[in-house]
Amino acid sequence: MSTSTTAAQRAAGGTADYLDQRTGISLAVKNFARKIFPDHWSFLLGEIALYSFVVLLITGVFLTLFFVPSMGLVEYEGPFAPMNGVEMSEAFASTLDLSFEVTGGLLMRQIHHWAALLFMASIVTHMMRVFFTGAFRKPREVNWLVGFILMILGLAAGFTGYSLPDDVLSGNGLRITDGVVKSIPIVGSYMSYFIFGGEFPGEHIIPRLFTVHILLVPALILALIGLHLFFVVLHKHTHFPGPGRTERNVVGFPLFPVYVAKAGGFFFVVFGVLALMGGTMTINAVWNYGPYDPSPVSAGAQPDWYMLFLEGSLRLMPGQGTEWDLWGYTLSLNVLIPAVVIPGILFTLLAAYPFIEAWATGDKREHHVLDRPRNAPVRTATGVAILTAFFILILAGSNDLIATHFALSINDITYVFRVLFLVTPFLAFWATKRICLGLQRKDRELVLHGHETGRVVRFANGEYIEVHKPLDEYERWIRVHHEPRRPLEIEPAEDEHGVRRKGYRMDAIRARASRFFYEDRVEPVTPAELAAAHSHGEHDALPAGEPETQEIGAGSGGGRHAVTGAPLPDEGDTPRPSVQDH
Amino acid sequence: MTTDNSSTEVEVRRDASGLPERFENPGLAPHQERMADNDPVADKRAERQVVILFALSVLGTIGFLVAYFLVPPGETVASMRLSNLLLGTTLFLGMFSIGAAAVHWAKVLMSDHERQEQRHPQRSDEKVRAEAIAQLKDGAEDSGIARRGVLKGAVVTALALAPLSIVVPLVGEVGGDWNVSKFRHTLWKQGKKLTRDPSGEPIRASEVTVGSVFHVIPEGLRDEELWIEEKAKAIVLMVRIDPNDLTEREERKDWSYEGIVAYSKVCTHVGCPVALYEQQTHHLLCPCHQSTFDMANEARVVFGPASRPLPQLPITVDDEGYLVARSDFHEPIGPSYWERLK
Ligand code: HEM
Ligand code: FES
Repeated sequence: MSTSTTAAQRAAGGTADYLDQRTGISLAVKNFARKIFPDHWSFLLGEIALYSFVVLLITGVFLTLFFVPSMGLVEYEGPFAPMNGVEMSEAFASTLDLSFEVTGGLLMRQIHHWAALLFMASIVTHMMRVFFTGAFRKPREVNWLVGFILMILGLAAGFTGYSLPDDVLSGNGLRITDGVVKSIPIVGSYMSYFIFGGEFPGEHIIPRLFTVHILLVPALILALIGLHLFFVVLHKHTHFPGPGRTERNVVGFPLFPVYVAKAGGFFFVVFGVLALMGGTMTINAVWNYGPYDPSPVSAGAQPDWYMLFLEGSLRLMPGQGTEWDLWGYTLSLNVLIPAVVIPGILFTLLAAYPFIEAWATGDKREHHVLDRPRNAPVRTATGVAILTAFFILILAGSNDLIATHFALSINDITYVFRVLFLVTPFLAFWATKRICLGLQRKDRELVLHGHETGRVVRFANGEYIEVHKPLDEYERWIRVHHEPRRPLEIEPAEDEHGVRRKGYRMDAIRARASRFFYEDRVEPVTPAELAAAHSHGEHDALPAGEPETQEIGAGSGGGRHAVTGAPLPDEGDTPRPSVQDH
Repeated sequence: MTTDNSSTEVEVRRDASGLPERFENPGLAPHQERMADNDPVADKRAERQVVILFALSVLGTIGFLVAYFLVPPGETVASMRLSNLLLGTTLFLGMFSIGAAAVHWAKVLMSDHERQEQRHPQRSDEKVRAEAIAQLKDGAEDSGIARRGVLKGAVVTALALAPLSIVVPLVGEVGGDWNVSKFRHTLWKQGKKLTRDPSGEPIRASEVTVGSVFHVIPEGLRDEELWIEEKAKAIVLMVRIDPNDLTEREERKDWSYEGIVAYSKVCTHVGCPVALYEQQTHHLLCPCHQSTFDMANEARVVFGPASRPLPQLPITVDDEGYLVARSDFHEPIGPSYWERLK
């Protein structure tokens, strides 16, 4: 036994030496093998995206070996009797063959499709995690943009793949695309010809989509994933606040062996779950839809979930009076607004958010400790508002299913959704902000007064109080670690000579924006406040809910609030002492 | 180093009473031992669990191979589903178990002592920055690009023009003949018979009873070279409506025949085939975004995102009683586009 071990070790050593002499790989191993990564379940979301992409690559390559990207017409002959003799494109016929004749082919198709849905779902939730924890702040803004482009590419990959089998559903999806493209002012008709190589549907679209789907988009995604991960290593992963976690360190476990096992293992978990989905849940049973033909259409058809918001947006737009005639040219606002303008606003807002927040708050420092979402109420509320709008659009994209399912009138549902789309994002913003501030207040309560123990004590003078157990310093830290954030102070409009200063207007806008972010706020407990709370009564006797924190502004809307403690200097620009790490 | 680039850091500033202004980080919490850390029995048990999980994966893979060889997809949807189910579940077992084993191993047997590593500001320090700038300056100096103006112009021009050799043919060819005026015309013309989709049988007016719906294509469609493109534009939906219910403006009175009306089946919203006809209300619903057209009233939009009525195909009957077109549509069919009215 021991001799064989040494033989194996000797072989490994020999190989390592061979490689090192030619690549100097030891340096990389030394630097990376024990790199520290922090642990949190929400950090898995990005991993799920990565692994579903790998599964897409594996199953996708399998599919390319059998799929025929051609719109040439053939008559189906094969094991699936109901289609015998039906005229169809080679693309559709080969998809049938993949499903019925290639053993395991259907499994690969279904895993591929489920993986596509999971890929987009994990990208979106991963993005939500990054957004709500403020992980996009400096120095990670660039990586946020890389991630944003990955999301768009994911949409492109899904859309082009969905259209490949050339069935009735996806064909009508392409026709909708054609209609949307044609609505674009001036160049619309030409863009339609650009895409289809002539009139819709033509015979080029499937081969073109195929190249985009299996070469262009995956190659871009692969390259950008590489860049994305490179940035993660370069910046080192953020970590959640906690005892011992600072802006100057990263606390977690080493890559080798812990993350090699955990993350590597997690790939197999994702693959396994997708295999189970592909094995047990039918998806895109194209043999039921039939090959594409411009005439038939089926009701209740749904695009993949990540396209539903567009569908919903198209459905909600009222058509009356929204097509304009401009000097004989046609401007179809009924299509442009829902299909171009609204997604445009949604996506631009997402892509630009890190820069908007940094500008408005004047924050130019690096951040490596994540925010708890409650500690950034306006950001959290903005995120929830965007999600709400997105969610309403998704629901609106299924309004026909909702109508048939709940036996409601489709018209009524549409009217209701129109109102909801315009109103709920604002409600959601308001409610979320309230909730965040409330949670922060609760944190303060807890820090100041400790846990309720349920133990009631009676004093000699007849007074009853409940004993509160103070938090230990580790428990307390998570609730007091964050720095108080306050609106920017700006210099007066005029200097001492009464001359109006340049750039004042911009500063004033910025001050307004920063007030929007930080005017209503609850600040973390300071040691002085805690000491004061303790000295109020020897027995920690302050009942919860005493108006102890009211002066802190607890954000009852509107006006400015008195703030305890000395005002901080303007955060970004004023030099401040900071602790050195060595 | 300027503080712009430094991280948010706990600064120890003190207030009047000498208390720090903010709490200080207490440092890592004490480590909690796991069962398997101290108890050799628990340790052995954990190891056994990991081994069993790996063994399950092996079983899964063997099961997959067995299913592959013994249960082909067969001829029916049911046999295909069975093959798929067996392959999927065994693949699940093969993959998932490896994952579960590795994660379990990491969780119970590998060190769970948190470690820390220092971070450093992303910004390079001043010296490195200065060196980088100096290098670039040296390089630019070497090339002499600043001094040689004509050369600079030549480089830029050549590089800017070179991609044209790719772009021009690409743009030239990618849109076919780029003749976008084809949107305007369909196969319909005077005397063209209305025939059933997809069989192509002509339709007599007498066959069209009140309430029935006909999906219509032009006669001879399949003889066209680009028949799918033509079909995508020429599809028509035809119904007969009790003439008392029908509202027609004067100049269109002869576009219908005894209450039989024919409208383009391509939605004026973004182009789906409009196919759901409701006999009682004469409403035609587009399943894509629920635009609703009133077939008894010039196919006007009564609900939904479409803006325009469906274009009407003027029809009549020929000597033998077959329905025929009187002309092509009088406007482009389908979704709007910029130069539609030109
Ligand atoms: C990058 C992420 C990807 C996404 C989101 C994606 C998505 C999709 C979707 C939704 C389908 C329709 C599947 C169906 O139900 O039939 C599809 C089909 C297909 N995909 Fe992908 N895919 C991706 C990557 C790839 C890659 C890398 C390849 C090959 C190298 C590939 C090859 C194919 C092929 C050949 C088809 C047609 C198969 C058929 O219709 O049966 N895909 N893809
Ligand atoms: S295509 Fe008919 S309603 Fe949108």
